[in-house]
Amino acid sequence: MIKDIIVVDNVTVEYYSRKSKVLAVKDVSFTVKDKEFVSIVGPSGCGKSTILRAISGLILPTKGEIYVHGKLVKGPQQGVGMAFQNPNLLPWRTALKNVLLPIEILGGNVREYEKRAIELFETVGLKGFENKYPWELSGGMQQRVSLIRALIHNPEILLLDEPFGALDALTREELNLVLQKLWITEKKTVLFVTHDISEAVFLADRVIVFKARPGKVIHEEIIDLPRPRTLDMKTSKEFLEHVKSIRKHLGLSYKI
Amino acid sequence: MSRTKEITREEKIKALVSGYLMPIITLTILVVFWEISCKFFNIPVWLLPSPSAIIARLVEFWPLLLYHTYVTFYESILGFLVAVIFAIPTSIAIAYSRMLQNTIYPILLVFQTVPKVAIAPVIVMWFGLGLESKIAIAFLVSFFVIVVNLTTGFLTVPPELIDIVRLLNAKKTQIFLKIRLPYAMPFFFSGLKSAITLSIVGAVIGEFVASSEGLGYIILAAAPQLDTDIAFAAILMLSIIGLALFATIHFLEKIFVPWAFREAR
Repeated sequence: MIKDIIVVDNVTVEYYSRKSKVLAVKDVSFTVKDKEFVSIVGPSGCGKSTILRAISGLILPTKGEIYVHGKLVKGPQQGVGMAFQNPNLLPWRTALKNVLLPIEILGGNVREYEKRAIELFETVGLKGFENKYPWELSGGMQQRVSLIRALIHNPEILLLDEPFGALDALTREELNLVLQKLWITEKKTVLFVTHDISEAVFLADRVIVFKARPGKVIHEEIIDLPRPRTLDMKTSKEFLEHVKSIRKHLGLSYKI
Repeated sequence: MSRTKEITREEKIKALVSGYLMPIITLTILVVFWEISCKFFNIPVWLLPSPSAIIARLVEFWPLLLYHTYVTFYESILGFLVAVIFAIPTSIAIAYSRMLQNTIYPILLVFQTVPKVAIAPVIVMWFGLGLESKIAIAFLVSFFVIVVNLTTGFLTVPPELIDIVRLLNAKKTQIFLKIRLPYAMPFFFSGLKSAITLSIVGAVIGEFVASSEGLGYIILAAAPQLDTDIAFAAILMLSIIGLALFATIHFLEKIFVPWAFREAR
């Protein structure tokens, strides 16, 4: 039996905005298996980022429980790496120093991890850019750096919160391939939040579909396309069937 | 693939010309125009001395002016340094205490808008006619600017940057040293730049109120006697101190936070 590395059990998250109480997600339950790639899609405001932050331990659920590795999440944990829509690189550090930041925080041997960092730079196609500062890198390059920063300390779980949301379509496709490569070489469990259905299907073993206000799981789609996937597959019949099915569940059938 | 272009020699020269040469040429033209106007319109020295007359006086009274320059320099730099020493812990305390943010910080913001010149006579009354009162005024005018700037730096760190390390269960000191402090450095330097020029203003104001030495004293003593050229020589010295101190801070800024300049481009 393959164990569930992430268990989200009946989780409700409320938070207080300036004036009112916002119900971000309500009674959400799902699990993620070890080494599985799961995408979460949903309209904006469906609480998909909230659930990711709750799994990371950055916020705590109002109701319900989240287990990572069978342990109840009570706060940030070491076995998790996370990247966001904004690369959030520190402008006073070079790309390499940015990637090594988690090691410094965790008190690891920075020299030791430098080799791994340089290998990761090569994997994502950034060889030779280690000593550049963030402002010297394009948006896509910054996002690659942010991805390997999330991976440097070898976490079992990678939480990705719309990491390619701000990139143009071509760069996004390129980075989808980079992410797939990283997933295959690094063998991580990935939970990937996006609002792009095609991207979600392309990358995932399974797509969890959320609805908005309040956020709730409405559908799970198993994607059994062979790996490694290529961009050509995006126009294949099977691929489009998955996209169509997810669209239907989201209620996105535009009739003009 | 890289977005940074290597800066060519030609571009370097161009930047140097527009950065330094152009202002220097403009200044030279203005000074020449001033000189010619004084001669041409026969303006009396007590009304407006020509640049050459000012230089002549500067040379004539050099040792005396140098001594008074030293006094004013000493007062301002000491007031400034004491302000820096007090401002850093104050800012850190405000940044880390919700209570101070709600109590002290708004008062500081309001106090920053109060013209501190107005309290100079009171300070002189409290600290006496000597150097202490000038240092105190220089301290007062620079302290608030540094605190307000540095605190703004600490408080405006984007939460997303903090999340990056909070995710890894970073300790408070780690968040401070790795994120908040470096993030606030450009704010700190912009505070220092305002403070260093203000500290000179503070010292001179103190000298205006009551003193027996310093460039403010010289100006105050020379002007009523229509020794306008001596007053101008003192003003020139004040500008030189101001420029030199400002340039020093700017230099330190380029060394410590080079990334702040690059990013703005």
